[in-house]
Amino acid sequence: MIIISSSETASIRTEQDVARLLHRIKAVAADTGLGTVSQTKLMTAASELARNMLFYANEGVSYLEQISQGTKVGIRLTFIDHGPGIPDVDLAMQDGYTTNPQSLGLGLPGARRLVNEFAIISTVGKGTTVTVITWKL
Amino acid sequence: MEHYLSDLLRRQKKRLLEQWIQNQLASSDLRDDLMSSDELRAQSEEVIDALTDVLSEKNITNPQSTDFQNLSDLLAGISISRARQGFTPRETGMFVLSLKDTLLDVLQSELADDPVRLHDLTMKISKLIDNFSVSTFETYIKGREDIISRQTSEITDISTPVIQVWDGIVAMPLIGTLDSARTQVVMENLLQAIVETGSSIAILDISGVPTVDTRVAQHLIKTVSATRLMGAECIISGIRPEIAQIVIHLGIDLSNIVTKASLAKALQHAFGMLRLVVRKQDRDLRSA
Amino acid sequence: MEKIPILRMGPFLLVTIQVDLYDRLALNLEADLIETVHKTGARGVLIDISAVSIVDSFMGRILGNIAGMSRILDAQTVVVGMQPAVAITLIELGLPLKGIHTALNVEKGIEKLRATIPPDDEETDDDYYFQ
Repeated sequence: MIIISSSETASIRTEQDVARLLHRIKAVAADTGLGTVSQTKLMTAASELARNMLFYANEGVSYLEQISQGTKVGIRLTFIDHGPGIPDVDLAMQDGYTTNPQSLGLGLPGARRLVNEFAIISTVGKGTTVTVITWKL
Repeated sequence: MEHYLSDLLRRQKKRLLEQWIQNQLASSDLRDDLMSSDELRAQSEEVIDALTDVLSEKNITNPQSTDFQNLSDLLAGISISRARQGFTPRETGMFVLSLKDTLLDVLQSELADDPVRLHDLTMKISKLIDNFSVSTFETYIKGREDIISRQTSEITDISTPVIQVWDGIVAMPLIGTLDSARTQVVMENLLQAIVETGSSIAILDISGVPTVDTRVAQHLIKTVSATRLMGAECIISGIRPEIAQIVIHLGIDLSNIVTKASLAKALQHAFGMLRLVVRKQDRDLRSA
Repeated sequence: MEKIPILRMGPFLLVTIQVDLYDRLALNLEADLIETVHKTGARGVLIDISAVSIVDSFMGRILGNIAGMSRILDAQTVVVGMQPAVAITLIELGLPLKGIHTALNVEKGIEKLRATIPPDDEETDDDYYFQ
């Protein structure tokens, strides 16, 4: 069972919101005891996911939570948008696949490689929810 | 009325101490192998002093009261030192809990004819001492955690030493089995050493690594790529024939990586990259 | 609008990124830098990212663009001072920054640039020597 020990939420509408979120993640991750590399990976994953949200859905909401499961502690991030949704999630999770000509198509698959746990739920016309967890080693 | 409890404690201090020590010596949890009875007496006496000096009807319901600061510090110190000495949590917890039994025994004999007050004080003292015993557990666990985290970092440091072998060249000999967590530490330490020493060449020697599987090879390839991203070059040395066989059988592509059979060969290659020449000194030159 | 200063060091340009780049700032930098390379005929561009704590795929693409565009204008790009955590993250992300030179620090970056430019060429970017 996952126990949430602290939680904060932010709405993501502009790139400044993304920058603010990244600063909060750094602070909370450091407080949780994550090392520099884990912090950097988590912040980079968050940056990819938040940018995706801005690009495809214009706006969304982020949750930043300190969690524990048994003896493990970690950080969980959730990104929720009400954008167009992803028709083929498996395809979107492949390296290099993108519908944005300005993108390298590394956002989703790259973010998945940077965290310990990754989950995505998307419904066309309803929106997308991505959840990632980084555990303290 | 107000001072009833403190008066009683002061009056019975000697008896409390003796009875508590008796209880502890009689207990099956006694560890006379870890602690002499003199030490036990000294510790017990300090605790009794710290308790009887401050405990009164006023603060008995408030374990957070600053009156108990001394006592809390003392108990914390005792539980940390016991954690280091190798006492079990049970033995450490019983130290405080046995004090409760002793206190209640003394109360009972003193207040035999006042059951209302006896009940009241019994409840309050139980609560108070239980609280202290929980804090003692917390501190004990913290003491153990400190030991574990210190050992973990010592082991990690020992198992991944970085050696500056030449100006601009660092080497890291790896010994033992590589798992994902350890490889991550290896990678971080090596890259950090590159930054700190400003070295443009890193040698990762795997002669002491018993075997290489696909995952370890992946990690090695990532380490080399990360080194290059930082603007340095990474050579992998100490590839034993068995490892070379495994690498080829597993179909791992190491063609983008500079690999050398020995650390000496890697160093020679590094000298070449830095355009350094090592040669035997000429006899004639020396005499001249 | 904020701007990232571009310093001229002989035949090279030096950009030190001190803040984590917002998208617009990054796109401005790309445009400014290419403009300056063209105007000054610089032979090399040094981008110091030692103070940058994250490089995501957007930022990676900007660095790639700068390097690619500079190359067309006959200038080499060297990214210097990348933090270990950033390097590890980029590899994991799948972004090895192909085509971009890297160096540990500014001095080593300059050495690297000098090595790519023929010695005669360095001072006189406008003259051509035929043999």
